Amino acid sequence: MPVNFGATATDLIRFLPEIILTVMGTALMVLDPVLHKRASHAFGHLSIFALLAGIGGAVYAQSNPGTAFGGMLVVDGFATYFRVLVMVVGILTILPSYGFLARQQAETSEYHALLLFSIAGQCMMAAANDLIIVFIGLEISSISSYVLAGYLRDDKRSNEAALKYFLLGSFATAFFLYGVAITYGTVGTVNLTAIRAALSGADAPPVVFITLAAALMFVGLGFKVSAAPFQVWAPDVYQGAPTPVAAFLSAGPKAAAFAVFLRIFLTAFGPIGADWLPLVWMAALLSMTVGNFAALMQTNVKRMLAYSSIAHAGYVLVALTAQSDTGTAAAMFYLAAYAFMNIGAFAVVSHVSGRGERYQNIDDLAGLGRKQPMMAAMLTIFLLSLIGVPLTGGFFGKFYIFKAALESHLVWLAVLGLLNSAVAAYYYLRILVMVYMHEPGEAAGQTEPLTPGFRLALILPALGTLFLGIFPTWVLDCAGKSATLVK
Amino acid sequence: MDVILFLVFAIIAVVCAINVVVQTHPISSAVSLVGVMASLAVLYLLLGAEFLAAAQVIVYAGAIMVLFVFVIMLLNAGAEAKKGRSFTAQLLGLPLLVAFLGLMAYFVQRLFPQSTMVHFGGFRGGGAAEIGHALFTTFLLPFEVTSILILVAILGAIVLARKEMD
Repeated sequence: MPVNFGATATDLIRFLPEIILTVMGTALMVLDPVLHKRASHAFGHLSIFALLAGIGGAVYAQSNPGTAFGGMLVVDGFATYFRVLVMVVGILTILPSYGFLARQQAETSEYHALLLFSIAGQCMMAAANDLIIVFIGLEISSISSYVLAGYLRDDKRSNEAALKYFLLGSFATAFFLYGVAITYGTVGTVNLTAIRAALSGADAPPVVFITLAAALMFVGLGFKVSAAPFQVWAPDVYQGAPTPVAAFLSAGPKAAAFAVFLRIFLTAFGPIGADWLPLVWMAALLSMTVGNFAALMQTNVKRMLAYSSIAHAGYVLVALTAQSDTGTAAAMFYLAAYAFMNIGAFAVVSHVSGRGERYQNIDDLAGLGRKQPMMAAMLTIFLLSLIGVPLTGGFFGKFYIFKAALESHLVWLAVLGLLNSAVAAYYYLRILVMVYMHEPGEAAGQTEPLTPGFRLALILPALGTLFLGIFPTWVLDCAGKSATLVK
Repeated sequence: MDVILFLVFAIIAVVCAINVVVQTHPISSAVSLVGVMASLAVLYLLLGAEFLAAAQVIVYAGAIMVLFVFVIMLLNAGAEAKKGRSFTAQLLGLPLLVAFLGLMAYFVQRLFPQSTMVHFGGFRGGGAAEIGHALFTTFLLPFEVTSILILVAILGAIVLARKEMD
C-alpha cells in the first residue's frame, strides 16, 4: 500500500501561526527550570516575540490563500483577520500581566505557556473548515482558559471561577459535540464546505435533523460567546478570574468563538438560514436585554463589565442575524473595536484594584479624575467607546451592525438594539460620574508605580479605539474584503 | 443472531449507564462504568471496528477505570450525601427525558424509512492497518493537533495541583 503522508510545504505554511505559538509554548515549559526566578520577565518577552512572529506568519500565509490538509483548514481573509485579532489580544493581555503577576507573586512561565496554547487554539478555530478541527481548537482554547481563570490558587474566588467555568464549559462542549454527531449522522461529512454542498443539493437530508444539529451547536457556541440564555457563568468567572485573564476571556476566546459561529452558520448551515434565524434573533434580543438590565444593578466593576460583555455579544449576534456579507463585516469590525475598548477598561480596573485585587467596587473609582487624571482619561475613552459615542471604535461598530440589520429588513431588532444601547449608556456614565464628580476615596489615592508594560497596555488599546473611531474605513475595508466566506 | 447479540449488549450498556448515575457510592458507579465500556466494546466489534473495540477495552475499561478507582480510593470518597432535588427537576425531569427520546425515535423512524438493519460482518476496514492509514493521511492534522490538547491538559493539571514551593 503506498503511504502518502498528507503534509506538504504549502500545508505547513498555511498552519504557520499555530506552529509558531505551539513551539514557543512548549519552549517556555522547557525553559522554566533554566530561567526560573532569575528572569521572570523573560517569559513575557518571549511570548510577545512569539505572538509578533505568529502575526507575521499569519500575514505570510495569507499571501497564498487556500485550503490545507485536505480541506481541514482554510486560509482566507476571514481566517487571517481573526488570527491577527486574537494574537493582538494576546499581546494586549501579556503587557499588563507583567506587573500583575509580580504583584501576586505568581509563576510566570506556565501562565504564558497556557496563554500561548490558548491563542494557538483560537487561531485554529479561526482557520478551521472542518468540525473536527473546530472542536479540537475549541477544546485547546477552553481548557487553557479554565486553568488561567483559576491561576491564583490561593484566591477562593479564582478557584470558584475556574470550577464553574470548567463544569459549565464541559457541559456546553458536550452539546456542541452532540450537534456535530447528528450532523455527521445526517449528512455523512463534517467538512463545512461539504455540508453546505449536501444541504443545497437536490437530495438534501431532512431539514429537521440539521436544524436540531444547528440548535445544539448554537447552545455550545452560545455558551462560549456568553450569549443569553447561556450567560450565567460569565459574571462569576470574570469577577473571580485574575483581571488580565478576565480581559483576555472577554476578547480572545469570544472573538474566536464568533469566528466559528459565523463560519459554521453562514457556510455550512447557510442553505437553511431561514430555519435557524428565529433562534439567533431571540438569543440576540435576550442577550442585549439581560446583559444591559443586569449591568444596571451591579456594584462590582468586573461584574458590570461581564454583564456588559453579554450585552455586546447580543449586538454581534444581531450582525449574524443579518446573514449578509455586510453583517459579517460589521461583526468583524465590532469584535476588533470591542477587544480594544474592553481590554483597556479591564486594564484600568486592574490598576485601581491594587494588590490582592481589593478595590473592585464602582465606589472605589471615586475621585480617580482628581488623583490620577491620565488613568481617568483613558477610562473615559474606553467607556465612551463602550457606550458608542462618535469618534470612538464602538460608535462605528454599532453603526455598521444596525445598518446591516436594517439592510436585511430586521427593523425591529435594530430598534430594540438601539433602545438597549441607550440603557447601557446609563451604567457606563454612572462610572464616569463617580470618577469625576465624587471626592477621592482610599483606592484612588494609592499610587502603584506604573510599569512601562502597563503604560503600553493602556496606550495601545486607547490608540486602537480612537483609530477605529476616526479612520474606520481601513479596517472596515479589510473586513469587507474578507467577509465573503468560502462556500 | 445479530439482533440478539445487539439487544443483549445494548441493554447491558443502558442499564449500566443508568446504574452509574443512580448509585450513591463512587466505587459502585465506577464498576458500572466498566460494564458500559465493555458492552460498548462488544458493539464496536459487532460493527466490524476491531481496533476500536480493543482500544476501548485497553484504554477505557482498563487504564482509565483503574485511574478512576485509584483516585476514589486515595480521596477516600464515601457515599454521596442525598440532597433534595429541586421541585421542577423532580416533576419535569423524567417526562421530558421520555418525551425527548420518543421524539428522537419518531424522527428517525419517520425520516429515514428506507434504512435497513445493519448486517454484522458487512463492514470491513476497522483493523489497525486501515485506522493507522486514515490517521496519518486524511486525519493527519486532527491527530497531531490532539497532542497539543493533551499537552495543555497536563500543563493545566500541574499548574493546579502542584504544591507551593515557597
